[in-house]
Amino acid sequence: MFPALWVSKTGLEAQQTNLSVVSNNLANVNTNGFKRSRAVFDDLMYQKVRQAGAQSSEDTTLPSGLTLGTGVRTVATEKMFQQGNIVQTQNNLDVAINGRGFLQVLMPDGSVGYTRDGALQRDAQGRLVTANGYPIQPSITLPENTQSVTIGSDGVVSVLEAGQQAPNEVGQIQLAQFVNSVGLDPIGDNLYRETAASGDPQVDSPGVNGLGTLVQGSLETSNVNVVEELVNMIETQRAYEMNSKAIKTADDMLQFVTQTL
Amino acid sequence: MDRMVYIGMVGARETADAQGIVSNNLANANTTGFRADLEHLRSVPVYGDGYPSRAFAVAETPASDLSPSAPIKTGRDLDVAVQGEGWIAVQAPDGSEAYTRAGDLRLSSGGILTTGSGHPVIGNSGPIALPPVQKLEIGSDGTISAKLLGQTNMAVLDRIKLVHPPQDQMMKGEDGLFRLATGDEAPADATVGLVSGAIESSNVNSVEALVKMIDLSRLFDLQVKVMKEAENTDAATTRLLRLR
Repeated sequence: MFPALWVSKTGLEAQQTNLSVVSNNLANVNTNGFKRSRAVFDDLMYQKVRQAGAQSSEDTTLPSGLTLGTGVRTVATEKMFQQGNIVQTQNNLDVAINGRGFLQVLMPDGSVGYTRDGALQRDAQGRLVTANGYPIQPSITLPENTQSVTIGSDGVVSVLEAGQQAPNEVGQIQLAQFVNSVGLDPIGDNLYRETAASGDPQVDSPGVNGLGTLVQGSLETSNVNVVEELVNMIETQRAYEMNSKAIKTADDMLQFVTQTL
Repeated sequence: MDRMVYIGMVGARETADAQGIVSNNLANANTTGFRADLEHLRSVPVYGDGYPSRAFAVAETPASDLSPSAPIKTGRDLDVAVQGEGWIAVQAPDGSEAYTRAGDLRLSSGGILTTGSGHPVIGNSGPIALPPVQKLEIGSDGTISAKLLGQTNMAVLDRIKLVHPPQDQMMKGEDGLFRLATGDEAPADATVGLVSGAIESSNVNSVEALVKMIDLSRLFDLQVKVMKEAENTDAATTRLLRLR
């Protein structure tokens, strides 16, 4: 009935989505290896009410038509895979990936998940697991009488066992990378799953083929920039206000009609 | 009955349509690369018998506001903003060439470079497809250079087609992409520059849109008032002619 009402409604919805994305980014400002998201907006299709260039008579054409836009929609929320800061933790099972690549973890359902969160721990069997308890792939088991663990920048894990002089190599951490990492499906728990859009994982040792290197005793922080998110939040709020103002105006116009006539 | 009530009605209806255009601009105040639609009301005289007093209003969108707006720094490799005037060539769903200012590019699974809305970006020869890369750079003239997997040197892969046709020939289509009014493809223009790591914001001036909205709202009220006056006049006539 009144185009302005519905168009403004799409504007409100879009800004609401934007605010949820910004809030989620802010909520994860201290999450290890978190990658911030961004909402992508697109204008909806246009309605040609009167076509420009149509014949107004045999020899003349309309100079301009009437095209009504129908609002805005959220096309996607995409992850931004820029590197987060690397902070030193001095914990010798913490690894940060400096560059491209994901750690592979074995999910409970047998599939492989991918993560940037390198806060590793040992489980009861001595395996290296993520904070959720999912073992990393390929599986690396630390012997029971391990005194110290060294993880090299190429992912080689060596341990010094009690009573021994020389360290022992127990495995190598491998990283995976994707053609289009934006296409990965975030499933929570700092994990991603591969999709048709991300392409197949290319697994290799850290430092090879453009993969990042590992930094032991460090963690990658969230790549959320608080100032940027706050600016986004202000912008979103103002845009929301203006769209609700447009709804109010359309409402006032209709009210005036019903009261006057 | 006088035709005055119809003139008021058409005025109110067209004003409501114009309000829709302003609302659409406001709804897209955060849409990357969006160009605001201009709206105006034109009078169309319809003269019949008697005194030539009838002029109906018609709402129109003569063009879009094509002035460039501020680039927003994002730091993402695949974000580009067109500097000054100019357009990025993309492939519309029907296969034809169309133009956009939205430079939030991404790679699809097959390595096809698309805009955020999913339209493939056109390069030297058709849509740009990229092999798996470690690092990608988009130069100021649209040249895409990348370090392929397992290599150490940057190689030039393709170049984004940038065009700069005269602004008065650009028309917005129903899908929000721009095309030449003549239906032709614009030739590539080497003078158009890109900034990488930034996207262009919407060029909607929200203050102006709000003022327009108030203006149109009052105009609408006036038209409704005209309808009311027509009703009053009719009521008065009926009263005068009532037989006691």
